[in-house]
Amino acid sequence: MSDPSSINGGSVVAMVGKDCVAIGCDMRLGMQALTVSNDFPKIFQFNNAFLGLTGLATDVITLSEVFRYKVNLYNLREERKIEPETFANLVSSSLYEKRFGPYFVGPVVAGINSKSGKPYICGFDLIGCINFAKDFVVGGTSSEQLFGMCESLWEPDLEPDDLFETISQSLLNAQDRDALSGWGAIVYIITKDKVVKRLLKTRQD
Amino acid sequence: MDVIIGLTTKDAVIVATSMAAVRGVSILKSDDDKTRVVAPHTLVAYTGEPGDTVQFAEYVQANIQLHGMRNETELSPPAITSFVRSELAKSLRSRKPYQVNILIAGYDTATEKPYLYWVDYLASSAQLPYAAHGYAAYYTLSLLDRWHKKDISLDEGMKIMEMCVTELRTRLPIDFKGVQIKIIDRDGVRTV
Repeated sequence: MSDPSSINGGSVVAMVGKDCVAIGCDMRLGMQALTVSNDFPKIFQFNNAFLGLTGLATDVITLSEVFRYKVNLYNLREERKIEPETFANLVSSSLYEKRFGPYFVGPVVAGINSKSGKPYICGFDLIGCINFAKDFVVGGTSSEQLFGMCESLWEPDLEPDDLFETISQSLLNAQDRDALSGWGAIVYIITKDKVVKRLLKTRQD
Repeated sequence: MDVIIGLTTKDAVIVATSMAAVRGVSILKSDDDKTRVVAPHTLVAYTGEPGDTVQFAEYVQANIQLHGMRNETELSPPAITSFVRSELAKSLRSRKPYQVNILIAGYDTATEKPYLYWVDYLASSAQLPYAAHGYAAYYTLSLLDRWHKKDISLDEGMKIMEMCVTELRTRLPIDFKGVQIKIIDRDGVRTV
């Protein structure tokens, strides 16, 4: 009931395909069972890295601002774009800095390394322990449903179009079984030289 | 059981706040103003822990006015919301957080757009076409879902607001002594 990570609700999922990655999220912001907004995206872009943030909405907003600040400083200091692997370590150390008074979030990072062209995805717990995965990562209030959907739909080496279909069906069918997620969805399909953002039409209950 | 509701129209925001000041079982005042004008075109409406509310609203009001005097510019409603949210977020992880829920209604004179922001005591914030806090939200949001449309006129907006207040009068168990209505548009803040 008063568990900080399930007050506002929301979910994210990321998947690896053949030379591509995908990341998707729902659009709900709630207070317990009451839906406050259906226009609350949870994915933020930082150069070559995409960050999905679920959990307590106040921390989602705060952290998106903190990482915007830190990545801007990185760009000035290094005079180059931040890569997904580097960004994942930045997320990890920033979260562990608050080890004994944590941000109540479940972040997911996805992206393609602009040098090597290798897809990269990973998830974190609220204190920044990295969970590196070769297939998919999930986060948020419908993470259990997402695990089930991803486990049954995902297969290796999906092309961008097939990966879009797989991640969308996984996200949509998972959030329809969760009262705290849903009310719209966004999916990003990321290839080496193109990013496609799609808004999905979903059930409005 | 304070009532605060806000809704946007094509070029204005309408804010309604209940006029009863309640302590325990007694109504202490029936012309209470639960709003503060923080900038010429921005209004903050608040509910929550008595004491915290006015203290916090006047704190942000003073700081925004100071910023206005130092820089000789008016902050936009999104900028004011960003400031208010960051102050609440700082307070949330302090020894005694402010327990204040807020609606920020403003009109951006640069982009000529009305803005309504919903901010709760956890410092979650969202820009919305219409919003309410507390028990009033449970009764009015369904009405607003049904009748509110993008770019409605001020008259249509006032009609919807009247429907919401009528509903609250019939459903809320205690008298909230009616509402005071404020309109924020290109000319600033005015009471009706």
